[in-house]
Amino acid sequence: MFDYGYFSFGSKDELLAKAAEYWNPGKVSFWKDAGTPMVIDRREGYRLYDMSGKSLIDLHLNGGTYNFGHRHPELVEVLKSGLDYFDMGNHWFPSVARAAFAEKLVNTAPHMKYAIFGAGGAEAVEIAIKTARYATKRKKIISIIKGYHGHSGLSVATGDERFTKIFLAERPDEFVQVPFNDADALERELKKGDAAALIIETIPATYGFPMPEDGYLKACQDLCHKYGTKFISDEVQTGLMRTGVMWGWQGYGLQPDIFVCGKGLGGGIYPISACVVTEECGQWQVEDGAAHISTAGGSELGCLVGHHVLEMLQRPEVISNIEFVAQFFSQSMAEMMARHSDIFCGVRQRGVVLGLEFDHPEGAVAVSRALYENGVWAIFSSLDKRVLQFKPGVVKDVELCQEIMDRFDAAMPRARQLLDQMRRSA
Amino acid sequence: MDGGALLKVPDRDLSSARMKVVRAAWAAKYYRKFERTSVLQIAEAVAKAGYEKAAHYAEWAVRETGYGVVEHKTLKNQLSTHDLLDFYRDLDLVTPRVDQERKIIELPAPAGVVFALAPVTNPVATVYYKTMLAILSRNAIVLSPHPFAKECSADAARHLAAAAEAAGAPSGLIQCVEEPSVALVEDIMASDKINVIMATGGNAMVRAAYSSGNPALGVGAGNAVAYVDPSADVDAVARSLVESKSFDNSILCTNESICLTLEQNRDNMIRALRTAGAHICNPEETDKLRNYLWTDGRFNLAAIGKSATWIAKEAGLRTNDAARVLVPVVERPGQDDVLFREKLCPVLSLTAAVDFDQAVTFAAQAAKRGAGHSAAFHGDDTHRLVLYSSAVPVNRVVVNAPCSQGAAGFATHLPPSFMIGTGYAGRSSIGENVGPQHLVHWTKIAFGRDVPADLSDLDFDSLAERPAVAQPTPTPSPQTARAEFTKDDLRAMILEELRSLKGASE
Repeated sequence: MFDYGYFSFGSKDELLAKAAEYWNPGKVSFWKDAGTPMVIDRREGYRLYDMSGKSLIDLHLNGGTYNFGHRHPELVEVLKSGLDYFDMGNHWFPSVARAAFAEKLVNTAPHMKYAIFGAGGAEAVEIAIKTARYATKRKKIISIIKGYHGHSGLSVATGDERFTKIFLAERPDEFVQVPFNDADALERELKKGDAAALIIETIPATYGFPMPEDGYLKACQDLCHKYGTKFISDEVQTGLMRTGVMWGWQGYGLQPDIFVCGKGLGGGIYPISACVVTEECGQWQVEDGAAHISTAGGSELGCLVGHHVLEMLQRPEVISNIEFVAQFFSQSMAEMMARHSDIFCGVRQRGVVLGLEFDHPEGAVAVSRALYENGVWAIFSSLDKRVLQFKPGVVKDVELCQEIMDRFDAAMPRARQLLDQMRRSA
Repeated sequence: MDGGALLKVPDRDLSSARMKVVRAAWAAKYYRKFERTSVLQIAEAVAKAGYEKAAHYAEWAVRETGYGVVEHKTLKNQLSTHDLLDFYRDLDLVTPRVDQERKIIELPAPAGVVFALAPVTNPVATVYYKTMLAILSRNAIVLSPHPFAKECSADAARHLAAAAEAAGAPSGLIQCVEEPSVALVEDIMASDKINVIMATGGNAMVRAAYSSGNPALGVGAGNAVAYVDPSADVDAVARSLVESKSFDNSILCTNESICLTLEQNRDNMIRALRTAGAHICNPEETDKLRNYLWTDGRFNLAAIGKSATWIAKEAGLRTNDAARVLVPVVERPGQDDVLFREKLCPVLSLTAAVDFDQAVTFAAQAAKRGAGHSAAFHGDDTHRLVLYSSAVPVNRVVVNAPCSQGAAGFATHLPPSFMIGTGYAGRSSIGENVGPQHLVHWTKIAFGRDVPADLSDLDFDSLAERPAVAQPTPTPSPQTARAEFTKDDLRAMILEELRSLKGASE
């Protein structure tokens, strides 16, 4: 019996049936078929507990949402203290929490001027695209093939057709895509002179974290400026110290005109996202501050949590820990790859953002399942299923990291077996 | 804005301290595999850095705490650098030990993360000393200074940490809590992420360390009785006592509290002490001093670590400006006089017993108030020395030397230490002067008595890892783009790198 006070379920199976009936049958059956039928029950630190009681170390982190782990005690304390004073607030008016958070956020990127808040990453991308269009008076938005920026009206149009076609949401005349790591292709598109912005994830997450080639991102930014196009960095998965610096673009020597962040900004406990813009791009806020509004965007509780998230990420001990975690997995994954080179064939890493490449078109699906069976939850990349997203959190300690590698090693024979089955049935 | 913050803010200092411990565990993971030469290199660098700023931090500590003497604190800081290293240089806590005959191999197992408290009385010397011990034993250390000495302690720790890192130590090996509090110390002491506590400080803190649930090395208070046998040269004894009691204004817990002699020797002793620079109190002065130093049985904290003349002035005594020690005289030994309790200031109570037996009985009782700690014996009568030492419940007896410096290993061949183990008598797990060997355990590999064992060709080199700092972290620059290589190229490169990794340690 799972009695939560407000509702209860007799068993995990009963819950799965209800979820399929009332919520989302596709998702329920997908995870069941994938061999990872997880229903997250308790969660604490970097551990999740399935309703069955099974414990899993979380390396999915929902793209960095749980950068500090689940229900980090300090963040919970912040939110609880915030609830004694604030609520979501009224977006129409200036507010102490919003002003303080905006200032803190803008101070992380000195060339920026304003922070505009949303409730989720897609909303921040909407704001970014609208801002670029305002600033350039152009309509076209360029993105990367296999790029991913969310599922709302404008943001989804930048992404893969898997997410647009089904909803008839493609807008081919306004949204074009060019291959990643191909500056020439970008220039051919920019030359047309009608692009408002290039939006690009600093390291494309859903595409499996392929690393930008040396100089590629800088070339993109320079080309954009050459043709009067705004350069938008999507930092939803690469921001918040995950690449070893606060924003991924800082590590590549970039100065985007606009960048967006979300996920971990709310510490995994209160949704908030932001679009940060230069003074020039943000002029619409001077012309008509209410041109974009959002009831849940920039909720004061979210601002309070986000403010504290940034403060925690700026602590020297946390920065040092990130270096240790990055270094540990760099070394451990090299060793692991040497031991399992028949299936494990590549590591893409920057900071605590890792993509692990397996030698099969759906290799990461098998590895994800094998890891799940061995107590580790890491998800494959939706748009490149050879690659497992492997995303350690910023405050992981040495014991947990060692446990992860122990479990990883133990999972490899099972992964090998699953891959063999897949090859035979292919 | 007058009523304080409207919202409750999490304790930033506590979170920061917890994170320091996590960081220390990372540093310890790498450092425990360091080779002996690297360990000694780091120890040398830290000793050098500490020595160079010994006077700077001594001055700072006196300014911040108001305790002690700059010149003497300088000396204590210095002794915790090169001298300490020289003492332990040949104590190898890194190389595995092989006992062919008993068919036992021992592998060193450092503790991991040491959480070390530093007292207000010896703040920087303790930071130096505990850091050196951690380095020599391949442990990471998180120091927590006394709140009244936090500035100098934290700065000294940062100074040593920078020197250690420059010499190749992993980042985070030496850290210090910047804003200590009782709540913070209790939280960290109870953390399952620390491996051992080194507790020096007040009795409450030491008890808390032992109650934390974690392994602890804690030491108790002292109350050293210096027995002066008639066989001693009183002039030499007096010089020794004055030197010891005036050293850093008696802030070391090893300082003599009571000078005990026999009645036949009392007048000699008084004359000699006076000649050596002590002010001998008349009965009225003795009463004034007693009343100044104790109120309702509680010691006057203002007197700790202050000079003799300062205390004399505060207590209303008229003394010569050159007086280095105040000597109240208690006619007869007895346990009730508060003057026979511990005094961390240059006040030495003088008393005399009718005979040696009474002296031993009295010393044994008085030493219970500093059980397990230190005592001193002056004289040539080794028979009496042994009787005295076996009767008094202490773990060290300093002979014909100043006890402050002698028990702490600076004027004797005892290990130099700012942690004087008070043993079971003093409610401590450790009875010796604490050294780096106490921060390492050994994994014993033991063959069956009657089975053959070939221990001639053991390979320990593979145990060492490349120092963590030598590895480029993947953070600063993007990894080489994979697209330029085929998978086979990449695999070959990685295997090559792994081979070179192993090669480097072979």
